[in-house]
Amino acid sequence: MNLILVTFIILLAFTSYYFGRKKALVIQSSQRLTALPKFYGYYLAAWCAAPALIIFALWSVFEPSIVKTFILQDYTDQNLTKNELQLIYTKVKALAAGTYTGNITNFLDESANKYIQLKGIANSAKVAIILAILIFSLSFAYRSVQKNDRMREPVEIFLKWVLFVASLGAVLVTIGIVFSLLFEAIRFFQAVKIFDFIFGTHWYPAKTFVRDGQPDPELMKDAFGAVPLFAGTFFIAFIAMCVAIPIGLLSGIYLSEYAGRGVRKYAKPIIEILAGIPTVVYGFFAALTVGPFVKEIGNAMGLEVSAESALAAGAVMGVMIIPFISSLSDDVMTAVPQSLRDGSYAMGATKSETVKKVIFPAALPGIVGSILLAVSRAIGETMIVVMASGLAANLTMNPLESTSTITAQIVVILIGDQQFGDPKTQSAFALGISLFIVTLFLNVIALSVVKKYREKYE
Amino acid sequence: MNSFKKNLLKKRYNAERRFQWYGKIAIGLALSFLAVFMFQIFSKGYSAFQKTWIVTEVHYDKELLLIDAESPSKDDLENADYYDVAYKAMTSLDPGLPEEEDRQLIQMVSYKYEAEVKDLLLKNPDYLGKIVPIKLTASDDVDQVHKGNYPRDIPEENRRVNDYQLQIYDMLNERGDILSEFNISFFTSPDSREAELAGIASSFMGTVFSILVCLAFSFPVAVLAAIYLEEFAPKNKFTDFIEVNINNLAAVPSIVFGLLGLGVLLAVFNLPRSTPLVGGITLSLMTLPTIIIAARASLKAVPPSIREAALAMGASNMQTTMHHTVPLSMPGTLSGTIIGLAQALGETAPLILIGMVAFVNTIPGTPVDPAASLPVQIYIWSESAERGFVEKVSACIMVLLAFLILMNLAAQIVRHKFEKKWS
Repeated sequence: MNLILVTFIILLAFTSYYFGRKKALVIQSSQRLTALPKFYGYYLAAWCAAPALIIFALWSVFEPSIVKTFILQDYTDQNLTKNELQLIYTKVKALAAGTYTGNITNFLDESANKYIQLKGIANSAKVAIILAILIFSLSFAYRSVQKNDRMREPVEIFLKWVLFVASLGAVLVTIGIVFSLLFEAIRFFQAVKIFDFIFGTHWYPAKTFVRDGQPDPELMKDAFGAVPLFAGTFFIAFIAMCVAIPIGLLSGIYLSEYAGRGVRKYAKPIIEILAGIPTVVYGFFAALTVGPFVKEIGNAMGLEVSAESALAAGAVMGVMIIPFISSLSDDVMTAVPQSLRDGSYAMGATKSETVKKVIFPAALPGIVGSILLAVSRAIGETMIVVMASGLAANLTMNPLESTSTITAQIVVILIGDQQFGDPKTQSAFALGISLFIVTLFLNVIALSVVKKYREKYE
Repeated sequence: MNSFKKNLLKKRYNAERRFQWYGKIAIGLALSFLAVFMFQIFSKGYSAFQKTWIVTEVHYDKELLLIDAESPSKDDLENADYYDVAYKAMTSLDPGLPEEEDRQLIQMVSYKYEAEVKDLLLKNPDYLGKIVPIKLTASDDVDQVHKGNYPRDIPEENRRVNDYQLQIYDMLNERGDILSEFNISFFTSPDSREAELAGIASSFMGTVFSILVCLAFSFPVAVLAAIYLEEFAPKNKFTDFIEVNINNLAAVPSIVFGLLGLGVLLAVFNLPRSTPLVGGITLSLMTLPTIIIAARASLKAVPPSIREAALAMGASNMQTTMHHTVPLSMPGTLSGTIIGLAQALGETAPLILIGMVAFVNTIPGTPVDPAASLPVQIYIWSESAERGFVEKVSACIMVLLAFLILMNLAAQIVRHKFEKKWS
């Protein structure tokens, strides 16, 4: 139904484009056109499609909740909670669609009939309203075409609005992220104290699983302490940076200061391949090759190593991050003005002394920015940890044991079927918002540092 | 020059050389990581492109098939009972085996062997009543033995293939009745719980659909947004805000987009779970900033002289942009889009959250059928314990990497072939 309606509107818009253009050619015989003939077509097409599609979208967004209010009106005298009402509404919808399998009460049957009726009314009303709008806006637009009004300006203003709305898309995504995370996280913090979440040292959400009724608040208190996850996240990121910073930085220095054009031309893109490999592939590599390898070495040295160690996950993550640091630091060091180098050489410094004492300090802000971006990348990395570092949240500083991270726990909680309204599911969103805040913080600092640095030398 | 100065100079030159070596070592390390990595994947995965068959003989005995009709129709063959015929085909490999041990022989082929026996007769109805050779898919354990991935020297109770089965395998191998052929079914069959039958067709289609949906949603919005921000936006606080927003969005961890997909697309808009439609939309939110940034950069690279010339000829701002600036910026925008899509192609975590990890053993035909995607398939298979899946994962990784390389090559070609150099 909806598809037919939208197709109809679009087809009509196309027809009106051709109609408008033809009309312009007719007008041309008696008076001077105000714009190219195609603008007459665009004008009609825009007036045809835009209002109808906007109304259609608004209608589709609001219709379900209005129908829902009407249906649930019959249940207001029964003193039901929000969740029970929601359940009833789902049942009514299922019954109306013919997929309901529970026992059918009279009341439910009545509601389902009402639902079908309401849907029918809503559908015919929608078609009627949209047709009316189409007729109205088309006749309005046609009149101004007949009057040979200015055609190009309105079309261009319309296009500009379309462009503007598209640019709001990115903002909309951010708003969507913040609200979807906040909405569930706030409900989570109604069940679990925010203090217990931030400072609790024991993460074991599976404990709160209760088939019927409410989970025990005492259990809840001790199950959602996120400290082990925060610690694990930063610990694995730290291991990753221990691998990535020296290798990345030295590669960056070599590429910008020593390497000839040929080496630079080939080595840089090849190193960047490391950043293009999907993380799930790294995860497989870490779990299958690096993990057992670390374990073997550890065992040979007489150490107890778990097969899923923080070290394996962190090291592989570090390899993944190398190009972020090497490419960015290469860029910032190349951007340091040649005059600084020449000055240093003129004082008799060797190349490495110039790098260490002049170029590196000059490029430091940019390098710090690139490292911060890399840290934020490491904190947000998911699959390597899920596959290589185990899923139990241990509070440990031993790189040979397994630890878990925020991202890995989100996956563990949400894999498979989710039950919305369950504190366990909501806890994933609480973790998500803490992850979002931490990475946002790092990104904002990094981007502003890099930006300031760029301004310095431009 | 006195000796003190000489020593100092020597020291400084040594430090210089050392420093240069550090840089070389660092680059060497980075490159060798890549090499080791690729070697591991290829050495483990190439064998998955070979499939092992066991050749035996099957007797399409009318009595055992329970076919009464003199000249049976297609339907009769379709509805016949193949259990005994197939069973006999396998047990005939070692007629001396007591009946209660027969399972050991049956376990050497995939559990779909009965269907394979049936398919052969349906394709060649004249085999009815005859004894014909037949190729049966070997079980993944036999497959691994044949590929040499299975250590034979460990104690029998720790092995999935027991001594008797190994003996039968050796006998067949000597007779030349173990065949190794190119594994077409890896590309044409959907996922399966059995490693020897599992293929990537379902996840491949899932990936293709997700990427198409992602392209359809992100490309138009991103290009329009970039045009507005680069060509029309007034310089004010709000445009600055949009700009900061886009830059930050590009660095948000992918899993957060998965939460967004779960919390908004599934919970609020009630879109169907586990489908490429939802996966594609989620990925499109992620690629949106990447494409916007690329499109803006390539719009910026169009020299102002082009705009000035168009304006001087009396074109309006909109005409200048749409007729000249945007077409000239398209190569850069397109290659940025392809790179953004390649990034989205490798994403796993957001797809797991919106339920694309479900076990799907049908090939999806539309974007609203449940599906997995290649990276998620890698995750699913790598979680299974069976040995046969290790090479499947590596092979799947090879397919995924090939896909990525192709896309990046396409981006390069678009950029170099069509981009105009302004100088």
